[in-house]
Amino acid sequence: MPPVDYEILRLAWWLLLGLVLIGFAVMDGFDMGVAILLPVAARTDTERRVVINSIGPVWDGNQVWLILGGGAAFAAWPPLYATSFSAFYIPLLLVLAALILRPVGFDFRNKIENPTWRRVWDWALFLGGFVPSLVFGVAVGNLFTGVPFHFTGELRAIYTGGFLFELLRPFPLLCGVVSVAMVVMHGATFLALKTEAEVERRARVAVYAGAAALTALFALAGILIATVVDGYMVVAGGDPLGPSDPLTKEVAKAPGLWLANYEAFPLMLVAPALGFAGALAAVGFTLMGWPGWAFVASSGSVFGVVTTAGLSLFPFLMPSSTEPGHSLTVWDSSSSPLTLFIMLIATVVVLPIVASYTVFVYRVLRGKVTAGHIETHGKHLY
Amino acid sequence: MPVIDQAVVELSRAQFALTALYHFLFVPLTLGLSWMLAIMESVWVMTGREVWRDMTRYWGKLFGINFAMGVATGITMEFQFGTNWAYYSHFVGDIFGAPLALEGLTAFFLESTFVGLFFFGWERLRPRTHLLVTWLVALGSSLSAAWILIANAWMQNPIGSEFNPATMRMELTDLGAVIFNPVAQAKFVHTVSAGYVTGAMFVLSISAWFLLRGRHVDFAKRSFAVAAAFGLASALSVVVLGDESGYVATEHQKMKIAAMEGMWETEEAPAAFTLFGLPDQAARETRAEVRIPYLLGLIATRSLDQELPGINDLVARAEARILSGIAAYDATQRLRADPGDTRARAILRSEVDNLGYAQLLRRYVDDPRQATPAMIRAAAWDTVPGVAPLFWSFRAMVGLGFWFILLFALALWASTRRVWDRRWLLWLCLLSLPLPWVAAELGWFVAEYGRQPWVIEGVLPTFLGVSSITPAQIWTSLAAFTAFYTALLVVELYLMVKFIRLGPTLTPEPPAAAGRRASAEALVTEE
Repeated sequence: MPPVDYEILRLAWWLLLGLVLIGFAVMDGFDMGVAILLPVAARTDTERRVVINSIGPVWDGNQVWLILGGGAAFAAWPPLYATSFSAFYIPLLLVLAALILRPVGFDFRNKIENPTWRRVWDWALFLGGFVPSLVFGVAVGNLFTGVPFHFTGELRAIYTGGFLFELLRPFPLLCGVVSVAMVVMHGATFLALKTEAEVERRARVAVYAGAAALTALFALAGILIATVVDGYMVVAGGDPLGPSDPLTKEVAKAPGLWLANYEAFPLMLVAPALGFAGALAAVGFTLMGWPGWAFVASSGSVFGVVTTAGLSLFPFLMPSSTEPGHSLTVWDSSSSPLTLFIMLIATVVVLPIVASYTVFVYRVLRGKVTAGHIETHGKHLY
Repeated sequence: MPVIDQAVVELSRAQFALTALYHFLFVPLTLGLSWMLAIMESVWVMTGREVWRDMTRYWGKLFGINFAMGVATGITMEFQFGTNWAYYSHFVGDIFGAPLALEGLTAFFLESTFVGLFFFGWERLRPRTHLLVTWLVALGSSLSAAWILIANAWMQNPIGSEFNPATMRMELTDLGAVIFNPVAQAKFVHTVSAGYVTGAMFVLSISAWFLLRGRHVDFAKRSFAVAAAFGLASALSVVVLGDESGYVATEHQKMKIAAMEGMWETEEAPAAFTLFGLPDQAARETRAEVRIPYLLGLIATRSLDQELPGINDLVARAEARILSGIAAYDATQRLRADPGDTRARAILRSEVDNLGYAQLLRRYVDDPRQATPAMIRAAAWDTVPGVAPLFWSFRAMVGLGFWFILLFALALWASTRRVWDRRWLLWLCLLSLPLPWVAAELGWFVAEYGRQPWVIEGVLPTFLGVSSITPAQIWTSLAAFTAFYTALLVVELYLMVKFIRLGPTLTPEPPAAAGRRASAEALVTEE
């Protein structure tokens, strides 16, 4: 038995999963945003290559945050990984197809001069940014509304919903659009930082548009959560020290319950406030011509938005709409104490090392990607 | 009525096999080529001769095309446990998830973060720093393989874990045992060496092609020499440190080796190796055997006195374990109803190792306690994988392994003695290009098909591991993967061939050095 309380370990892993997902949204978020902006921010082939090369050397490392998120869910929250991935089968297939296009799109596009060839890969890269941003947002929206599943006695998850259209109801779709707006804003701040001239100007416009859409839609989602969307609350059972058996509690379901955590701990309102304030500050810094600070502000906004989702759902990870008592929560869907403890130590030791060599790589690559550089070093770039 | 839809099982298995075998078209080349890039660039940094830098960049470009495909198809693998094998993921995620997460954390971050600098850092980094980056990419890719093979080895030999009736799943008891699993060590050396062979053969074959065409001769000779040396060391390691050294570890690994050998009856130690034979599963015998005495016992047990059981004996043992497993299953059900049932807890404790065997019955009956003797017999025979496919795949793989040793030895002889005029040897090198891939895919087939009917050996039958999804969904994804992957493969091969033919961009050498070299070697580098 590890020397730390099961409750603390579960809480730590909830925070760590959140940290990894925020890492994914901040790091891979900006390169997906840049990819979404590819069709509008660049008009000529050289401009497109400027946009692509602004993220070319770093997108692969960034995407590991997603891989790590999947691995962390698998290792620390196996029932969540199993239930969510099989329920979202078709949407995840779409995400996979889009993600498969990314590495090949980056590497293959520049290898042949033909304009049709390049246009095809431009759209592939766009889809590689757009589809995951949308689908992950929709998936989070479905966590809010609850997903139709239950467990058999041997804890086999049975999903009873439809496989695509049932997941695309209005509120989850709204969350998907919030996610796309956030990613566009965030990617635009990065693009403005890394480029010059026309591309930089268009990127700035995209910062304003993305931030405006994000603040309006994020507010709308909040209003819907407060008024019409059913929330969930554990009313009996749910022992934070109990075994990971999701069949031992009772759960209530009613509109407005997702705000209960904020009523109990008003300080948590800092998270949604940061979501709004970061977006506004990104606009402000862009207007003032401080693109570095705009990127930091935008990262803060992303942090605020993702944290808002996590805090609102807590302690739920994935509520069941058809059998609320079978919902997955932080207290009944984790790995064993030993696995959580070992993985916690490993993550606390290794993640700072990852962060430090990531900083090294970004320092080596600092500075703007220019059209002149593309034209002189073309053969060795994307 | 059994709980599981067999169509879902078969389709999920087909999809996993397809996507995993496809992913492994790219992984071995990444593994091998990354170290060869590190070697070539090291020579450049140490000697300062530009041709070695040009070699690193040329092979690096081909590495990049392949690497993109490896990354693209690897994401599918990590998602697929959850999408198609949800019960598996729930049942063993506590153990199996850890090496996957550690892979991301310690290896994939390293490889992916630095691979960008490998391609884009040539002008921004000092030579030594760039060399460090290349070494880190190579280290990251082999470390990544280590974690994945630790996870895979646990499926073959599930140690360091136990069943917990309160959560109805396997839980970790000893991560050290999982990491230092003897099966994992055998697998790691074997699989990674096979990757190095693939990388070496890739460089060897393409260099041979340049030599046959008389293009970039100086460049090709050096690449050929590096590939021959690296390839011979790797090919020896693949065969000498074969995966089968881990096969004696457990009961089903013994079944796997018996099936690979078509060995129905237990033989006295040391067992003979069947060089040729015609296994007949229905008749439960192997006909027309040509046997080499003692060899199998030596290969599999590394000893002369350890006995290897035959299939018939292993099936009899499985039948006994199914009967004990039914008692364990009954105990879990009673503990689920009343966790305070101490008698049930005691039964489970003594029979827990056989619990998985009772689960084999669920192919025939919902509740193993209701099984008839005929069902128990059928389930015991289910533990025998298809003998003939294993028998032949294994022999083809081993034959290729010996061919690689011979070919790399000849190539090393030619390059050290500077014998470059044997066109037949260059042709053999060129024509052998696809063979390491064939061997690697056969190897995975033997390892994983040979593990059937288990997904976790002795613990969880494969058919129980699936998700609650419909055949229609899997048909959709299977069709999508097939179409998508085929299209990508066509594009990848087209680009690969195009860039191979384009050849390296060679830096002109300073006149003094070039003059000296021109007199030393008759052939001058093409420009």
